[in-house]
Amino acid sequence: MESGFTFDWSAAVGALPHLVKGIPYTLMISFGGLLIGFVIGIFMGLLSINKSRWLRWPATAYIEIFRGTPILVQVLFIFYGLPDLVGGPINALTAGIAAIALNSGAYISEVVRGGVQSIDKGQTEAGVSLGLSRSQTFWSVVWPQAFRRMIPPLGNQAIVSIKDTSLFSVIGVGELVRQGQIYIATTFTAFEVYFMVALLYLAITLTLSLLLRFVERRGLAST
Amino acid sequence: MEKIVRMQRLNKYFGQHHVLKDIDLSVEHGEVVVIIGASGSGKSTLIRCVNGLEEFESGELQVDQHPLEPKGGNQKNLSEIRKEVGMVFQQFNLFPHLSVKDNIMLAPRKVKSTDKAEADKVAMKLLDRVGIANQADKYPSQLSGGQQQRVAIARALAMEPRLMLFDEPTSALDPEMIGEVLDVMRELAKEGMTMMVVTHEMGFAREVADRVIYIDSGQIVEEGKPEAVFDNPQNERTQSFLSRVLKH
Repeated sequence: MESGFTFDWSAAVGALPHLVKGIPYTLMISFGGLLIGFVIGIFMGLLSINKSRWLRWPATAYIEIFRGTPILVQVLFIFYGLPDLVGGPINALTAGIAAIALNSGAYISEVVRGGVQSIDKGQTEAGVSLGLSRSQTFWSVVWPQAFRRMIPPLGNQAIVSIKDTSLFSVIGVGELVRQGQIYIATTFTAFEVYFMVALLYLAITLTLSLLLRFVERRGLAST
Repeated sequence: MEKIVRMQRLNKYFGQHHVLKDIDLSVEHGEVVVIIGASGSGKSTLIRCVNGLEEFESGELQVDQHPLEPKGGNQKNLSEIRKEVGMVFQQFNLFPHLSVKDNIMLAPRKVKSTDKAEADKVAMKLLDRVGIANQADKYPSQLSGGQQQRVAIARALAMEPRLMLFDEPTSALDPEMIGEVLDVMRELAKEGMTMMVVTHEMGFAREVADRVIYIDSGQIVEEGKPEAVFDNPQNERTQSFLSRVLKH
């Protein structure tokens, strides 16, 4: 049997004005979450390579928990579970940002750890031999070099997190997928709409990729 | 004369391995001490103890009047010691993300809070002294090995150290670049810098050293004026070592 299906361009283009309403949410959740995740990642990543095992232990536990459980479960837990604990509802947008922050934070911790550990020990020895303190040596010698190496994996994480926000349609945040679902409920043009949703994600991630490639080229030029 | 380094019965272990055995060693101001020995003999570890890059298990160590305690003890003098002791590494260890000039300016700016113009002036003077003022704005990776090591020496000198440690400074260099680094070190010695040098360059040792120390399996086996150690070694381990390295 022939399906007789034809792609309806006017339906696809017609959906755009509605779909773009989701973009600010998608960007806000992903970049808001990533920004906090970056701070968490630096903190936890550095703790995870601390000499004291009492400081390493909580960092490792955090990383394993948030890397080892699905982000969908994490956001459901925050949105539906946590209110029982805190005694009040949690805004869906806040829950989404928190989930991205905690989840990307775990991965970024590993990126930070790997970046810092990849810097030769001789760099630290040279720094302290010059009379710089441990922390001066770290922040002016080790970190700038480590950060440069962290840019590609950080970009990778940003792209993963942007796509992860699509799962948050389940808690009703008005991001891209959710806008698509709402639109389809009245037009029944699932093929065209999800196709456009996919294109919009691709537009965001490709822009980011190009930006990163530019930053990388400039960053590596001066080493 | 006043001693700048005093080591007494210093012992150092890497796990079960006894790397330095009851080392007694003093260095006077203005003295150039060259430490020779086979690889793995403990000679690098010895000078790395002087600025605390290696901790030691027992014994006494004083650097420029500042005592440094064994592992687990009080290390509060370490930062003072490191400000007064410069170090040059086998692998140069320049900071690849900073320009040549910034490599030299970093420590004076951060540690001594020297203002930028002054630090800049000092850096340029030092680069001129090691013969590469025209490379000031380049990055380390754009320089040859010999040039990089000369920058590393200038970087250490910028802190106006009272003692310079050289840990096999020419071992990672192509043969044609060894001379230019040794020349800079020779100049430094002539100007009266106190130096402890670990090296395989026996010609340099003979010419520049006030005292040569031969170390074998973590022990000082022989020490004395270069002529005495090289031409008339008393210990048979020294004799065998020298006959091996001087053959070439």
